[in-house]
Amino acid sequence: MHSSARRRVLPGFGLTLGLSWLYLGLIVLLPLSGLFLKTFSLSWAQFWDTVAAPRVLAAYRLSFGAALAAALLNAVFGLLVAWVLVRYRFPGKALVDALVDLPFALPTAVAGLTLTTLYSRNGWYGQHLEALGFQVAFTPVGIVIALTFIGLPFVVRTVQPVLEDIDADVEEAAATLGATPWQVFTRVLFPSVMPALLSGFTLAFARAIGEYGSVVFISGNMPMKTEIAPLLIITRLEQYDYAGATAIAGVMLAVSFAMLLAVNLLQRWTHRRFETRPGTG
Amino acid sequence: MKSPSARRLTAALLSLLLSAVPALGGCSKPGAAQGEPITLLNVSYDPTRELYTDLNAAFAKQWEAKHGTKLVIKQSHGGSGKQARAVIDGLDADVVTLALAYDIDMLHDKGQLIPADWQKRLPSNSSPYTSTIVFVVRKGNPKAIRDWEDLLREGVSVITPNPKTSGGARWNYLAAWGYARRKAGGDDAKAREFISRLFKNVPVLDSGARGATTTFAERGLGDVLIAWENEAFLLTGEVGKDEFEIIVPSVSILAEPPVALVDKNVDRKGTRAAAEAWLQYLYTDEGQELAAKHHFRPRSQKVAAKYAHRFPTVSLFTIDEVFGGWKQSQKQHFDDGGSFDQLYVPQAQ
Repeated sequence: MHSSARRRVLPGFGLTLGLSWLYLGLIVLLPLSGLFLKTFSLSWAQFWDTVAAPRVLAAYRLSFGAALAAALLNAVFGLLVAWVLVRYRFPGKALVDALVDLPFALPTAVAGLTLTTLYSRNGWYGQHLEALGFQVAFTPVGIVIALTFIGLPFVVRTVQPVLEDIDADVEEAAATLGATPWQVFTRVLFPSVMPALLSGFTLAFARAIGEYGSVVFISGNMPMKTEIAPLLIITRLEQYDYAGATAIAGVMLAVSFAMLLAVNLLQRWTHRRFETRPGTG
Repeated sequence: MKSPSARRLTAALLSLLLSAVPALGGCSKPGAAQGEPITLLNVSYDPTRELYTDLNAAFAKQWEAKHGTKLVIKQSHGGSGKQARAVIDGLDADVVTLALAYDIDMLHDKGQLIPADWQKRLPSNSSPYTSTIVFVVRKGNPKAIRDWEDLLREGVSVITPNPKTSGGARWNYLAAWGYARRKAGGDDAKAREFISRLFKNVPVLDSGARGATTTFAERGLGDVLIAWENEAFLLTGEVGKDEFEIIVPSVSILAEPPVALVDKNVDRKGTRAAAEAWLQYLYTDEGQELAAKHHFRPRSQKVAAKYAHRFPTVSLFTIDEVFGGWKQSQKQHFDDGGSFDQLYVPQAQ
């Protein structure tokens, strides 16, 4: 009795957990610990001088800020796209569905070049925008656009299956109980989609923080203005300052990890809140 | 707790992992036996792709006729610094042909792959061909750009890549600095002032030379592109004949892209003889002709005389004369806190 209680229902826990650790260790932890190890060749003062330089701080602000803006944009419009794809039938739906994944497939440098071509002053969009007084290419706005482009699939693809799982019956039941469409959305649909939306947002955000390939073309790379943190890492490497490069990268990684962890906890909390609500209320 | 089948699976996975290790190590068997094909890897920077495609084909033919063995020369191209780091990290290059000596110096300083005096082993600073820094302007030269001074004028927009990420851009920067310094009779403070005014006219800093060319040519940004002469020739060649023209400044820098044998790699692979012969070939008349064909200035006086009509005369200074070599310039101008960084940081404070 006692031993069977400790036994798990599904077999193979030990083996699969062991393999998971091995896999994560080899693929993720080993390279990252190598990175931190390299940082330790710096003294504390050198480390601080590197990561707290005004130019580096400006780059951090830009990278995290633009990534946040892009992820928020994607959260709103990605949810909309997912909703349209799940709830409506229309001609060309399969095509739209396939289009969503394109930013994943395209090499980021190609994406960057294409966007720069479109938004620079003689491009299709750029010439009209510039006539109105907006400059997009070679400004922070251009960076946000590139990051929005590469992050779009994350939100759509995480929200879509969850929306598919929500029966239309639930909404109909809510409606028959007298809920307005707005109440159906905020009280019924949104809580169930929220955890998935947060995941998608987080993935898009995390992806955008470290993005280099698509951004360097559209950003213009002006120090203190449009210089992203990954570019500073590259410039350190160009002067064979490996430790300095890993110091900048390490700070980005630590901040990203803290943010991801916070979002994960938030997600669990919203999930639990939603799950327990039928019991408590 | 574990079932026997699970244990067997683990064992199988482990043995698979272990068996893969010697298989990977086995590739680098030293010594190429007679008659076996020899493979060389040339790790180079971006704009030399076409040049080395031609050179390699011609040399392989010569080698086969002489030795009866097949010679394959593989090429790898990318940013100069990135390529050097790949070699330091273990890319099996037999020879490197990069944009600046500083990147090859690092093969010694960081990787101990070559001796410190590598640049003295081949003639002419180990640079079989050279180039210089020139201007490309839009057809008709609407902003009347004649010399470096004109780049400082208000309303002139200058495109040059980021010297922090592009080796080519460092040559551009030093060319401008050297001009200003000479003009001011060797005064570095005046040169700094000149450069800082010049970079006020630079709206975008692309990460590489080709990126800057694209910004100028395709995006229509800027009135002047500062470029390597060989790149300028390509841009004003067939495609851009009616759009752009080259302006040669009165003074510029002698850009010396050097080549080197990677001793540690060739000795391990047993390819020293072939690699050395290939490097020597770059200095032969045939090699020099091909360099000239691809818009690099040949070192051989004979070949240079033949192509003299193609390359305008410019007063050229070398990096050793004005800046005391690459290591010195890198430290003074391009490392963190160097003169380039100073252009931007105080201005924003």
